[in-house]
Amino acid sequence: MTRDEIKDLILEIIKDIDEDADFNTLQSDLPLRDQLDLDSMDFLDIVMELRKRHKLQIPEEDYPQLASLSSCVNYLEPLLKNI
Amino acid sequence: MDNNQQRIVITGIGLAAPGADNLKDFRAQVLAGNSGIKEIELRYFGSAPAGICTFDETRYRKKRENKRGTRAGCLGVYCAHEALADAALSIDHYERSRIGVYMGLTEHGTVETENEIFNISNYNYDVKYWSHHHNPRTVLNNPAGEITMSLGITGPHYAIGAACAAGNASLIQGVQMLRLDEVDMALVGGISESPGSFGIFASFKAQGALAEAADPRQACRPFDMDRNGIVVSEGACIYVLERLEKALDRGARIYGEIAGYCINSDARDFVLPYDKRQAECMQQALKRAGMEPGDIDIINTHATGTKQGDIEECKAIRQVFGEAPSTYINNTKSIIGHAMGAAGVLELAGNLPAFEDHLVHPTINVTNLDPECALPHMVLNTPVQLPTISTILNNSFGMVGINSVIIVKKYEK
Repeated sequence: MTRDEIKDLILEIIKDIDEDADFNTLQSDLPLRDQLDLDSMDFLDIVMELRKRHKLQIPEEDYPQLASLSSCVNYLEPLLKNI
Repeated sequence: MDNNQQRIVITGIGLAAPGADNLKDFRAQVLAGNSGIKEIELRYFGSAPAGICTFDETRYRKKRENKRGTRAGCLGVYCAHEALADAALSIDHYERSRIGVYMGLTEHGTVETENEIFNISNYNYDVKYWSHHHNPRTVLNNPAGEITMSLGITGPHYAIGAACAAGNASLIQGVQMLRLDEVDMALVGGISESPGSFGIFASFKAQGALAEAADPRQACRPFDMDRNGIVVSEGACIYVLERLEKALDRGARIYGEIAGYCINSDARDFVLPYDKRQAECMQQALKRAGMEPGDIDIINTHATGTKQGDIEECKAIRQVFGEAPSTYINNTKSIIGHAMGAAGVLELAGNLPAFEDHLVHPTINVTNLDPECALPHMVLNTPVQLPTISTILNNSFGMVGINSVIIVKKYEK
């Protein structure tokens, strides 16, 4: 997957969680939880969806890597490169 | 507390029934004897008659919150908001820490657990795919807790588990908490999401107690010779309970006053009902209400449409009311099926407008009355108009031998 595709994947998962999520003013380098109405359970939903859709097993110690959209892309890019 | 603080009244009702999403429509439905039962398809099980509620699921909370929560929570949130609106009460009228939420549940978590097992079956039963939402969805206080989150209520909330007597039991709990001065207002009621569980249908089927019929609208037929079991229904009903004094202070409309109640146990069998204890339960409720059997205008029966259950209840009523020819008898399940934890309060709600219109709604689907169920003044298939109606006795019984009776009277100064 390309970086843009990974970004779209994350946004699609967030949209599934909250269809009212507004991405217009979303800044890629700032934490998602500071900009969107997401809590810890929603964050675990993102982890679960990545597991279901792409069999990704993200260890708990790596969760901070998913804090912002850009850090998500950076972290997931090598893991999804062959998809 | 003076007398008016010990007198507890119903001042608001919110409901979702198979066929209606408010009391006015529900009353019209039961008077018309319009069955809300349809055929549904269940995972693994196949088709069965059942009652499903249609209501505005996003009127009081977002789709996102419904997705995170449970169907029971969704039903409960809708009914709680509707009850407050019906009572013309702002949530800030009482201190939020002095509002109690007591919800009756026959079961909870069955639907969510079945869904999770089905979910992981798609992943070769790998439990890494088991949802982190499972525990908060399946704790027994889930529906009541979802109501407190939606309304910002900080007083006590918990579930009353009392099988199919749970609706009545939660109402009794609310009355007691108000009388103990633990709260100033109580949201009480019951919720059923049971049609979401194939297991509940399969278990009734295995017990030989699940209704079957070519026409689902005729599947629930208490007291009829051809009755063959229970119709499982969704449903929810929540009442606003207040002390009479406070209700009068704010000029509230009063649906009725709780006159008496009783809960007892058969201490005998997991599933078979017991007429002797049911009769004792009715007698004790009458005693607490300071009434004689002849004072009761309507009995809303619990009868679910099982062979033995209906006969046992009729035997119990005969023991208590045999010599009370002024008491009329109906059954609401024949119209909406068995709404499990919601049954007691939902069925009582269907009857409460009788204090105003003086009509007794009928038991439908009775074409051949079972002689063992025959009682004086059964209201069958068409409503009956009475000169006046001022008392209702509401039976609600459940598995593992629990019986509950509530007597509500028309408010008189």
